[in-house]
Amino acid sequence: MGNLQVVYEVPKIYTGPNHYCPGCFHGIIHRVIAEILQEEGWDDISIGIAPVGCAVLAYDYIDIDWFEAPHGRACANATGIKWAWPDRLVFTYQGDGDAASIGFAETSYAAIRGVNITTIMVNNAVYGMTGGQMAPTTLVGMKTTTSPYGRDPKYAGYPLKMAEHIAQFEGTALSVRVSAFDPQHVLDMKKWIRKAFQYQMEGKGYTFIEVVSTCPTNWRMDPVKAAEFVKNEMIKVYPLGVYKDVGDEKKEG
Amino acid sequence: MGEKVFMKGNEALGEAAVRSGCRLFFGYPITPASELAEYMAYRLPQVGGVFIQAESEVAASNMIYGAGAAGKYAMTASSSPGISLMQEAISYMAGAEVPAVIINLIRGGPGLGDIQPAQSDYFQAVKGGGHGDYRNLVYAPSTLQEAVDIMPLLFQNAFKYRMLAMMVVDGLVGQMMEAVEFKYDIDPDSIPVPDWALSGKKMHGGTKNVNTSLELDPNKLAAHNFKLFEKYQKVYENERMFEAFELEESDIDVMIVAYGTAARIIKTAVKNLRAKGYKVGLFRPITLWPFPDKELKEYAQKTEHVLTVEMSMGQLIEDVKLSIFDPNKKYHLMPYPGGIVPTPKEVEDKVIEILKGGAK
Amino acid sequence: MPKKVRGVLKIREDLCKQCGLCVAVCPVHILDFSKTKINSKGYRPIELTDPDKCVGCAFCAMMCPEGVIDVYREIVEVAE
Repeated sequence: MGNLQVVYEVPKIYTGPNHYCPGCFHGIIHRVIAEILQEEGWDDISIGIAPVGCAVLAYDYIDIDWFEAPHGRACANATGIKWAWPDRLVFTYQGDGDAASIGFAETSYAAIRGVNITTIMVNNAVYGMTGGQMAPTTLVGMKTTTSPYGRDPKYAGYPLKMAEHIAQFEGTALSVRVSAFDPQHVLDMKKWIRKAFQYQMEGKGYTFIEVVSTCPTNWRMDPVKAAEFVKNEMIKVYPLGVYKDVGDEKKEG
Repeated sequence: MGEKVFMKGNEALGEAAVRSGCRLFFGYPITPASELAEYMAYRLPQVGGVFIQAESEVAASNMIYGAGAAGKYAMTASSSPGISLMQEAISYMAGAEVPAVIINLIRGGPGLGDIQPAQSDYFQAVKGGGHGDYRNLVYAPSTLQEAVDIMPLLFQNAFKYRMLAMMVVDGLVGQMMEAVEFKYDIDPDSIPVPDWALSGKKMHGGTKNVNTSLELDPNKLAAHNFKLFEKYQKVYENERMFEAFELEESDIDVMIVAYGTAARIIKTAVKNLRAKGYKVGLFRPITLWPFPDKELKEYAQKTEHVLTVEMSMGQLIEDVKLSIFDPNKKYHLMPYPGGIVPTPKEVEDKVIEILKGGAK
Repeated sequence: MPKKVRGVLKIREDLCKQCGLCVAVCPVHILDFSKTKINSKGYRPIELTDPDKCVGCAFCAMMCPEGVIDVYREIVEVAE
C-alpha cells in the first residue's frame, strides 16, 4: 500500500456529514466548490453566502467564511460584502426559488450592475425545504404540492430560464448552465465554476452558474431515477451550455 | 475643521457620516431623504469610498447588512415607506448581531402619506418594526448640529454593541439649511477590523467566521435571545441620553415631553411662558431606545401635569406614561399627525389652558 | 511477471447514505450496497464486490454527494 498514487481525495475543507437527503446534488456541488477553492488556495480569502432553502446550512460544510442571507437577498448581501473587501472571492450559493423568485430583482441587479461576484444557482424545479412547492422553474405539467394537477401555464406561466436571462446583461461576464447527473458533467461543472471564480479574481464582472439538479424526495424518485430525469427531461427545457462568456467574445473580436 | 458651514441638513448628515469614517453607502431615492444619497454619490468617490444605488430599499438594507457583517462602517438613509421595506434586514441584523447605521427622515403616514415632517414612525423604530425580540439603538437629535455631533457615536456604538443604530429625524432637519460645524474627521484606516468580521479566514487566524441569524435548536435560540437581552440591558444602562431644559426648580407647573423638531419648537414656547411667569420646562429624550425612563420619572416628581407634544397620534405618550408609572399624574397630549408641525403659540395656549383647569 | 494498474478505494462507510449514484456509474459494475453492514445512519454502505477489477477511474467519487470515497491507484503484479 506504500506506493499508492492519488487519483482523487475528498478536499479537507469539505466538512460533513451533511443533512441533505440521499442522492441530492447539493452535496456534489458543495464538494466540487470545495475542491476548486482548495486546489487554487482561495479558501483563505473566500466568503460564501448561504441561502434560505435546503442549502441554508451550507456554512457547516465548506471551511471558509460564510454569511447566511435572508430569503432571496444573497446577491444584495454579497454586494455589500464585496465592496467591503473588493479583493476577496465572494460567491452566493442559492436555489431556484431563492435566486429566481423572491430574489429575482437582487440576482438580476447583481448582473445589471456587473458586481464582481459569482452566483451558483441550483435549479431542481421545486422548493425543496418547504416541502416540494411549485418554483418558477417547475416544468409545465409537473406535479408539486402547490400544483397538484401539474403546472398549468394559464395560472402559473412558464418555466423561468435564468442562465439565458442573466446572459443578456452587459455586466455579466459568464453565464453557463451545467449539470451533475454523471461524472463527465460533474467535471464540466467544475471547469465552469472554476472559470467563474477565475473571472471574478480577474475583475471581469458578474458570473452566473446554473446547475440543473434533482430533488429525489419531492420528485418521489430514487436518486438514480432522479438523475435520469434530469438527463432525459429537465435538460430539454433547460439546455446545458454557455450563454455568455466574455473570454470567448474577446477572442472572436 | 472647526469652522461653521452653511449646509442643507441631508448633506450635512452625509458629511458627518463620511467624517465618522463611513466609506460605504447603499441607498435608494425617496423624498425627503434623497439629497443624502445624492451627497454621498458625490462625496464618497472623493475619499475612496463607494456609493451604490440599490434596486430597492430591500436591497439597500441588505447591502449594509452584508457590509456590516464584513466589519466595515456602512450606512443607508431613507424615509418612512422605505424604512418599512428595510424591516426584514433590520430584524435579521438584530438576530445576527450585525452593526450598521440607518437614518430615517420621517414623513407623514400611514401608507404613502405625504412628504411633510412627522414623528409617526416612533413605534416602528423603538418597539421593533420587524419580527422577533430585538432592539435598535435609536437617536433623535433635535437640531442639525446635534445630529452631526452624535453621528460618530452611532457608528461607534453600533460596532461596540454589534447592533443597528438608527437616527430618526423628521424631514424638516433634512430639508432645512443651517450653519453647522464639524468637530471631527476620523480616518477609516484607524478603525480596527473586528475579529468576528467576514473577511476571509486568513484575516482571523485561519478559523472560519460564520454570520447567521439561524438557530434551529429552540434551546440554543432561547439562549441566544437571553444573550441579546443581556446586551440590550447593558445598552439601557449605559446609553440613555436626554436633555432637561428649564427643569431646575423643585416644583414645575407643567413638564412638557417632546423630542426632535417638536422639542426645538417647544423650547421657544417654554421661554415665552417663562417670561409670563409660568414655571414650565421641557424633558427631551435624545435616545428613544433606550428610553431615559428613570430620569423622566425623577423629573416628573416635580410636577402634576405632564404634557406630551409629538408629531404623531399618541405614540411617545405611551412611553411617557410607562416611565412615570403614576396614575395620580395628569397626562395631556398634543398630537400633530400627518406632517403638521406645532407652533410655539399653540403649545403656550395649551399650557395656559391646562393650568386654568380647562384641559383634560 | 506482467503488471497492471489497480484502483484502491478508501470508503468512509459512516458517511454513506446508500443513494446509489456511484453504483449506477461504475463502469466495471463492482460497487453495491453491503449485505452485511449497517452504518450509524442506518444505511447499508457501499462496498466493492470484486476489488481486483477496480480501474481507479474515480467516477464513483465524482458522483458521491457525501464525500465518502477517496481513490488511489497501485501497480500490482498479475499471476500468469
